Amino acid sequence: MSGAEIAEAGRFVARLDGVGLGYGRTRALDGVSLDIPAGCLAGVIGPDGVGKSSLLSLVAGARRLQDGRLQVLGGDMADARHRRASCPRIAYMPQGLGRNLYPRLSVFDNVDFFGRLFGHARQERHRRIHALLQDTGLSPFADRAVAHLSGGMKQKLGLCCALIHDPQLMILDEPTTGVDPLSRRQFWRLIDRMRQDRGGMSVIVATSYMEEAARFDWLVAMEAGRVLAFGSPAELMARTGTADLDAAFIALLPADKRRDHRTVVVPPRPQPAAAVPVIEAESLTRRFDGFTAVDDVSFRILPGEIFGFIGSNGCGKTTTMKMLTGLLDPSEGQVRVFGRRPDPRDPGQRRRVGYMSQGFSLYSELSVRQNLDLHARLFDLPASGIAARIDEVATEFELQPHLDMLPGALPLGLRQRLSLAVATIHSPEILILDEPTSGVDPVARDRFWQSLVNLSRQRGVTIFVSTHVMTEAERCDRVALMHAGRVLISGSPGEITASRAAATLEEAFVGYLEASAGGSAGNEDGIPAGMPAAAPSGVATETASQPQTFALARLFAYARRETLELVRDPIRAALATVGSLLLMFVIGYGVNMDVENLSFAVLDGDDSVLSRDYALDLSGSRYFTERPPLTGYDDLDRRMEAGELSLAIELPPGFGRDVSRGRGVTVGAWVDGAMPARAETALGYVQAMHADWLARRLREAEGEAAAIGDYRLEIRYLYNPDVRSLDAFAPAVIPMLLLLIPAMLAALSVVREKELGSIVNFYVTPVTRLEFLLGKQMPYVLVAMVNLLLLVAFARYGFGVAFTGSFAAYLLGAFLYVIATTALGLLLSSVMDSQIAAIFGTVLATMVPASQFSGLIDPVTSLQGIGAFIGRIYPTTYFISISRGAFSKGLGVPDLARDFLPLLIAIPVLLALAAAGLRKQAR
Amino acid sequence: MRLANILNLGIKELRGLRRDRVLLILILYAFTLDVYAASNAMPETLHRAPISIVDEDGSTLSRGIADALLPPYFLPPRLISPHEMDSRMDAGLDTFALDIPPNFERDLLAGRAPVLQLNVDATRMSQAFTGGGYVQSIVAGEVSAFLDRPGGDPGPVALDLRARFNPSLDKGWFGAVTSLIDSISMLSIVLTGAALIREREHGTIEHLLVMPVTPFEIMASKIWSMGLVVLLASGLSLAVVIQGLLSVPLNGSPVLFLAGAVLDIFAMTCLGIFLATLAGSMPQFGLLLMMVLLPLQLLSGGVTPRESMPEIIRAIMFFAPNTHFVSLAQSGLFRGATLAAVWPQLLMLAAIGCTFFALSLGRFRRTLR
Repeated sequence: MSGAEIAEAGRFVARLDGVGLGYGRTRALDGVSLDIPAGCLAGVIGPDGVGKSSLLSLVAGARRLQDGRLQVLGGDMADARHRRASCPRIAYMPQGLGRNLYPRLSVFDNVDFFGRLFGHARQERHRRIHALLQDTGLSPFADRAVAHLSGGMKQKLGLCCALIHDPQLMILDEPTTGVDPLSRRQFWRLIDRMRQDRGGMSVIVATSYMEEAARFDWLVAMEAGRVLAFGSPAELMARTGTADLDAAFIALLPADKRRDHRTVVVPPRPQPAAAVPVIEAESLTRRFDGFTAVDDVSFRILPGEIFGFIGSNGCGKTTTMKMLTGLLDPSEGQVRVFGRRPDPRDPGQRRRVGYMSQGFSLYSELSVRQNLDLHARLFDLPASGIAARIDEVATEFELQPHLDMLPGALPLGLRQRLSLAVATIHSPEILILDEPTSGVDPVARDRFWQSLVNLSRQRGVTIFVSTHVMTEAERCDRVALMHAGRVLISGSPGEITASRAAATLEEAFVGYLEASAGGSAGNEDGIPAGMPAAAPSGVATETASQPQTFALARLFAYARRETLELVRDPIRAALATVGSLLLMFVIGYGVNMDVENLSFAVLDGDDSVLSRDYALDLSGSRYFTERPPLTGYDDLDRRMEAGELSLAIELPPGFGRDVSRGRGVTVGAWVDGAMPARAETALGYVQAMHADWLARRLREAEGEAAAIGDYRLEIRYLYNPDVRSLDAFAPAVIPMLLLLIPAMLAALSVVREKELGSIVNFYVTPVTRLEFLLGKQMPYVLVAMVNLLLLVAFARYGFGVAFTGSFAAYLLGAFLYVIATTALGLLLSSVMDSQIAAIFGTVLATMVPASQFSGLIDPVTSLQGIGAFIGRIYPTTYFISISRGAFSKGLGVPDLARDFLPLLIAIPVLLALAAAGLRKQAR
Repeated sequence: MRLANILNLGIKELRGLRRDRVLLILILYAFTLDVYAASNAMPETLHRAPISIVDEDGSTLSRGIADALLPPYFLPPRLISPHEMDSRMDAGLDTFALDIPPNFERDLLAGRAPVLQLNVDATRMSQAFTGGGYVQSIVAGEVSAFLDRPGGDPGPVALDLRARFNPSLDKGWFGAVTSLIDSISMLSIVLTGAALIREREHGTIEHLLVMPVTPFEIMASKIWSMGLVVLLASGLSLAVVIQGLLSVPLNGSPVLFLAGAVLDIFAMTCLGIFLATLAGSMPQFGLLLMMVLLPLQLLSGGVTPRESMPEIIRAIMFFAPNTHFVSLAQSGLFRGATLAAVWPQLLMLAAIGCTFFALSLGRFRRTLR
C-alpha cells in the first residue's frame, strides 16, 4: 500500500468492493461496492429484507464473506488474522432486542461477561461497568435478570456490552426497533454523548425509521441487495427534490416499486347505529409471580373501530391482548368480548375473532397456500369454498405470486401480510393484532395499513392493534398510551395531542411518559440529568492490538457465564444430580444377572421313585420354581408358547426301570430360547444338576470304585465372591451415568446459543474456538465430578459395595473420563443446528454404545462387528474397566493407569473434532 | 372435538417433518443401522470368552484340555505362568484362568482326586456362570476321553437339552427386536415431546389456541401423525432389517407385534407430551428424556429377565408400557403365540396408554392456561 492509499484508507472505516452474499437461492447482497466514511454516524436505510443486516454482519466479521472484497479498519476481512486483530476494535449489536444478551443472567453479569472476554483486569472492568451503567441509568437495576427488563432497558444494556471495550467502530443493527419514543430519544442522546467522549469512534446503524435517519451524518439507501444511493441526508433530499427522507427514499426506488406505494387514507368512521361495545375491559390486572404486568387497565371498543394500543415492548400490551383472546386469565378484573367472557373452549366465539400474535408464528415448514388452507380448515369453512376463499384473500393481500413459496423465503412485510390473511381467512368480526408491523419498512407498512383500513371501513371489522410506531397510532380512531402496565391516557390521537398542547402525538406521548416517570420513584429509563458522562477511561488501556492466541481469561469468562446459567436454572442442576442418584438406584438394583425362580414343570411319564427323585433335585434348588406337572405334549407346547414355563423336563416311561438296569435312557429338557441370556443360564443349571444327580447315583451304586478318575473342579469367583449382581453392576452403572447425563448437559450448550442467537458473541469477540469450548465444558465437568462423588458414596453406603482400590487413582480416571464425555456432548452440539437434533443425536450416540458395546453386560472382547469396533474406541469401555478395578479388584495406581491412556487419547480427538465442527463465522 | 381438525393438524405435522432433513436422517439411522449394529454385535451363546491356562502339569491330559477350549466359545487359550495370572485378571484381560496343578494326570490315575482351580472374574456376570459350566463340561469330556470312558458316561442316563424357539440361542435375534423397541420408545417420545417444546419456544402453539381448536385435538393430531411415522418405520425395520438383512426367522405373526407396537407407540407419544409439559426448556427435557429412557431400556425385560428383578422394581416397571411390549414381542415373534396367549399384554398396553393420555391431556391443558 502506498502512503496515499493508507491515508485514503484512514478516511473510510469500511470499503466494500463487489460484495455479494447468498443464502441458498436467494441473493441477499448483490455486487455491493461502497466506502463508508470513518468517524461519523453512518446509516444504512431501506425496507426490511433488502440486505441491511447481511451487510452489517459482514462488516462486523460475524458472517463469512462469499464474493468480493471487504476492508474494515484498513485490513482484509477475509483474512482470519486481521479479523482476530480487529475484533477488539469493533463492537456489534445484532438485530432483535437483546438477542445477544443472556436472559437469565443479571444486568451486571452480562456486561461483566463481555468485559472478561476482552481481558480487562478486575479493577479496570468494574470501573468501566459502573461508569457505563451509571451513564445509561441502569445502575439501580444491576442485579435484575435481563429477562425482566423492558425493551428500552435491554437496548441500553446491549449498548453497555458493546462499549465495554472502547471500540473504534460500533455496528448497530436496528437498535431502536420496538422501543418507546422516550427511550428512543434517550438512546440517541446517549450515542451522541458516547461519540463525543470517544473522539473518532465510527458508528454504522441500520434503521427503517426515516425520521431517525434524518439526523445521521451519512446515509446509504438500499433496495433488493443493491445500493440505491449514498450521501448526507441533505444531499439525498436535494438530489430527489423532496422535503423529507421518507419521500426521498420512495423517489429513489425503481419505478416499478414506486408504483406500489400509495398513501394511506383513512375515511371517517360511519357513526354506528347501536353503540354496544364489542370489547370491554374493566380494571384488568395480571400478575406473574411477584411482578405486575398489567395494572388496572380499562377500555371499551365499539364495533368497526380501529383501537390502537401504544407503548414500548414489555409494557403489558401483549399480556392484555392475551387476556382478550382468553389465552390468559386475568388476576383481577373482567374482560367481555361480544358481551361474554372469552372462553377458549367455545369454538363459536373463536370463529368470530382473528388473532395475530407478535412475531411470525405461522408454520415456516408449510407453504403460503398450505398455511392458508390449514387455517381455513381449522376454522371449519365449508370444504367446497376453501379454494375460492384462499384465492380471495390472496388477491386482497396481494399474495398471489407467492402462494407456493415457504414463508421463510418471503421478506418480513409479505410475511406479515400472510399472517393478516391467515387471521382474516374466516372473516372474523374482531381482529386482535399484536405488533403486526414490527420491523416492517414504511412502504410495506403503508400497504398493510391500507388493508386494515379497508377491513374496518368496508367490512365493519373491529380492530384492536398494538404498535410502537407513532405514524400508525395517528391512523387509529382511538388510542391508549400504555407504560409499565398502566394506561397513561386514552382518547383520539387529536385529543391526546391537544391535551399536552404538543405538535405531534409522539411529543405528547413523550410528555406523558416523562410526567409518569417524574411521578414514580423508579425512574427506570431516565438518565440522571446533568450527570457528567463517564470519562472514557483516560487510561484508555490500549487493548493489545493482536489478541493472544489462547487466553485463560476468555476461557474463564465463558466458564463463568455457563456456570451462572446453570446456577440460575436449579431444576437442571437438580435433575443432573438427584436424577442420576435415582437412576443409579433403579438400575443398580434392578439389573440383575442372577437367574432365579425359573419356572419349570415336569412331564413325568414314569412316576417312579427314581423319576420323582430326579425332579426333586430341581424343585429343591433355589434357581427353579416348580409349576403344576405337564399333562402331555400339547400342554407342554401351549404353556411354553405362553411364556409360562422357562424349562420343561420330560422323563420317559420306564425311566426308573431303565436306570436301575443300566440301560440307556434319555431325559429330555426344553428351554425357552426366546430370551437367550436366560436360556443359557438355565441350560447351565440343568447340566450341573444332572451331573450332580449322576455322580450321586454312581457313588451309591459303585462305592469307592468310582474314585478312579475322580477329580474336582474348584471354581473361585474372584472380586465378587458372593457373585452378587449388585457388586458387579453398581461400579459399571457409574460410568454409564457419567456418560449420559454430562453428555446431554454439554450437548445443548452450544446448539442452544445457535438457536437463540447469542452465538454471535462468539463470532465477533476475540474468543477462539478452543477457549469457547473449554470454557463451556468446565462447569459441566465440575457437575459431573460432584455427581461422581455422590454416586460412589451411594454405591458404597447405599448398596454396600466395597471399594477396595485406590480412590485417588479412581478420581483421576473419573476426571479424565468426564472430560471425554462432556467433550462428546460438545462435539454433537457443535455439529448440530437444532436442539431437537442435538437431543436425538446424543441419545443415539450414547445410549446404545454405553449399555451394549462397553462391557456393561457382555465383555467387549466377546462382541463382534460394528459393535466390537465401537466398544474398543468408546471411552466408557475403559472407565468401566477402571471402575470395576477400583471397586472390586482392589487395584492401585499402576494397574488403573493402564486404562488412562485411551481416555487421554479420546479427549484431544473429541475436542479437536468439536472445534473443527464449530464455525467462527456464520455462513 | 372435530375429527377434521385432528386430521388437518396431523397432516401439518407430517408436512413439517418432511422438510426436516436432519431428523429424517436420524430416524432412518435409529431404525436401520442402530438396530443392525446392536443385533450384530451380540455374541451368540458364550462367545470368544478370554481364557488363559496355567499348566503346571504339562501332561498329555493337560494339553488335551487346553486344546479343547476352542473358539467360538473361547478365545484361543493363552498359556501363562502362575504369577502372571493375577495381574492378567486384574487388568481384565481374562475372564477365566484355569490352573492345572502339578502331577494332575498322575494323581487322577491314582485315584487321589486332584483339584483343578478355575478362577472366574465375577464382575463379568454374563460370562461367569455360563462359561464356568462350559469349562466344567469340556474338562469332564477330556478326562473321560482320556480314561477311555466314551461319552463321558459314568452311567447310562443322557440328558437331551434343546432350546425351543431359538435353537442356537442366538442373542442377536432377540437383541434386534429389543433394539427396535428401544428405537420406538425414543422416537415416540422425542418426536412429540421435543417438537411440542419447540412449538412453545417459537410461539406457534399459542397461535393454534386462539382458533377453534381444543388441546385435545392438538394432542391427538400429534399422536396420530408422529405415531404413524414411528409405526411405518418399525414395520419397515422389521421387514427389511430384521427379517431381511439379519435374517432372523420370525416364528410368529408380525401383525400381532405391530398391533402391540400401535398401542406401545400410543402410550409413548403420550409420555412424550407429558414430559414436555414437565420440562421448562429443551435442556431440561433432554435430561428428563435420559432419566426415562434408560430404565425403560434396561428394566423392561429385554436385557435381563424380569423375574429376577427385585419386587419393587418389578412393581414400578409393571406400569411401563415397554415391559408388556417386550413380553408380547417375545411370545408373538419367537414363540409363535397367538392372540389367545397375548391378549393380557395387549390389554395392559391399552390401559397404560389411556391412562398416560388422560394424564398428559390434563397437564397439557393446565400448562396452556
